[in-house]
Amino acid sequence: MPKEFTPKVVTANALLEGDVVYQTADDRWSRHLSEAELISDEALAKLRLAQAEGQPELVVGAYLADAKPSDDGPQPTHFREEFRRTGPSNYHHGKQAEVN
Amino acid sequence: MYSYSEFDAAFVAERNRQFRAQVERRIAGNLTEDEFKPLRLMNGLYLQLHAYMLRVAIPYGTLNSRQMRQLAHIAETWDKGYGHFTTRQNIQFNWPELRDVPEILDALAEVEMHAIQTSGNTIRNVTADHFAGAAEDEIADPRPVAELLRQWSTDHPEFQFLPRKFKIAVTGSPNDRAVIKAHDIGIQIVEREGEIGYRVLVGGGLGRTPMIGKVLSDFVSQEDLLPYIEATVSVWNLLGRRDNKYKSRIKITVHEHGIDDIRARVQERFEVIRPEFSGIDVALLEQIKTAFAPPAFRQDGAEVFETTYKTDPIFRSWADTNLIAHKAPGYAIVQISLKAHGATPGDATADQMRVMADLAEFYGHDELRISHEQNVILPHVHKSNLPALHAILKKHGLATANIGLISDIIACPGMDYCALATARSIPIAQQIATRFDELKLEHDIGELKIKISGCINACGHHHVGHIGILGLDRAGVENYQITLGGDHTETAAIGDRTGPGFSADEIIPAVERIVETYLDQRHDRNETFLEFYRRVGMTPFKTALYEQDKAYAAE
Repeated sequence: MPKEFTPKVVTANALLEGDVVYQTADDRWSRHLSEAELISDEALAKLRLAQAEGQPELVVGAYLADAKPSDDGPQPTHFREEFRRTGPSNYHHGKQAEVN
Repeated sequence: MYSYSEFDAAFVAERNRQFRAQVERRIAGNLTEDEFKPLRLMNGLYLQLHAYMLRVAIPYGTLNSRQMRQLAHIAETWDKGYGHFTTRQNIQFNWPELRDVPEILDALAEVEMHAIQTSGNTIRNVTADHFAGAAEDEIADPRPVAELLRQWSTDHPEFQFLPRKFKIAVTGSPNDRAVIKAHDIGIQIVEREGEIGYRVLVGGGLGRTPMIGKVLSDFVSQEDLLPYIEATVSVWNLLGRRDNKYKSRIKITVHEHGIDDIRARVQERFEVIRPEFSGIDVALLEQIKTAFAPPAFRQDGAEVFETTYKTDPIFRSWADTNLIAHKAPGYAIVQISLKAHGATPGDATADQMRVMADLAEFYGHDELRISHEQNVILPHVHKSNLPALHAILKKHGLATANIGLISDIIACPGMDYCALATARSIPIAQQIATRFDELKLEHDIGELKIKISGCINACGHHHVGHIGILGLDRAGVENYQITLGGDHTETAAIGDRTGPGFSADEIIPAVERIVETYLDQRHDRNETFLEFYRRVGMTPFKTALYEQDKAYAAE
């Protein structure tokens, strides 16, 4: 039996900086997961991923990552995506530094 | 120190020029990522979790003060002000931007450094004993052989697309500080009837299927070494599994075919290619040796050292832990810990790099080494300079007296940085070090090596840690498996798994219970953790880790 589709965001790394980025509903690449488009439909997710892969001049390694809704936008469901959202735990570097 | 020849300099400059053009073409959209990825990896550039990572080769872990200062300059100019020294004796920069990488490579070339073959399925940076040229027990300095192998393997046309990466380590001492038994090829310099030669091991490695290397030849002469190593890699290049990346390393080839079959094939290949080696390699080795001639050691007295040692307990504690006997009278090998309690193992700031460069220049015959244990070594320091040197180290957070102790932990970058990792390593190392510093037990525990990897690839060498910790993803939660009894030295052993893993919250108390078991049951302070484990085995540790919890739960 096929696995039930769960909500996803399209994520990648920015070509020039390597930063973690998320695809927004209005076709931007945001550094903030809270701005990402949360996709609940599997066919749409595949389409959005294909569109992301068609922007090699902007991003590298696009993929679909599990996420769940919250009042602050999509939230990670796995610790790997949580680390990608924030930055490393040993220094105040990466996204956590950019946000504050 | 070896200096680049005109050929070396021109070769690196040409590679950098090529890569600059490749980066420009990628940014302009004229190369796809699929086309660009192998090109960037050939130049040590990875894309990790949060950013690009540039892995810079430090051949056999040796560098001079000028090179260390340039690494500091790169860290400040194009990164976030620090670098990470690795178990491969290299340095990694965690935050470079793609456009800047050609500039970084040019800056490296200015000081005879590069990032070539720090990635890819090729022969990687050759590593060696970090006490090379200074150790009391050394038969011969392993670095000339390592340099010869570096020159031979760089851009070797036959070995650019091997079944997988290939790692070679060299030691010049019977006491193995280069982990040669966990390398694809391990080379040990030996002496037989007055002749210097090489004992060659093959098929060691950690990762998914950890194995201890087997003896391929007990004695290979100097003039036969290069053709013998070439024959070995060549045999694996043909036999190695390309159908399954988990079975592609030479350790699997040796396991599947048996060491006797591999030895016979290597011998057959050796006899074919031996005539192609004209002897220029041996002449070159002799020439390289002159670049590694020992410095002019001084004959001064060491009264200042003796007096400070008697009167300053902090200096004494540091000296007892971080100094190693040197082969030259009046000298010591200084180990600078990059493991301050709570710090990230192997990280040094640009300021700290400059301080270490200054100390090497003023007190250390301009030599530095990076150890596979992620520390920095000043191999030749006269004892009379040690009090002054220690005072400067202290001022810059570099005088932690913990080499070989429980907080001197090897930890890979783990999921905080690495795209392959399945759990974090660094916070676990930080918490263990901090916890045992709080308990003030480190010196009582004595020699105990904890090694932590954030995934099965074992960059943190967890299989050969006295206590090994492997971080895994168990149903979306970080989980840590423990192994005990691993050993990376000449008596190398793969650790035994204790049983089910522990959550991130449970792993520090679990390590504490292991250490308490040792402290409670050891014969005396002279019985090390490893000796204790070899005497009593797993049972008391299993009880401490698992049975006690069950007993408490039943109460």
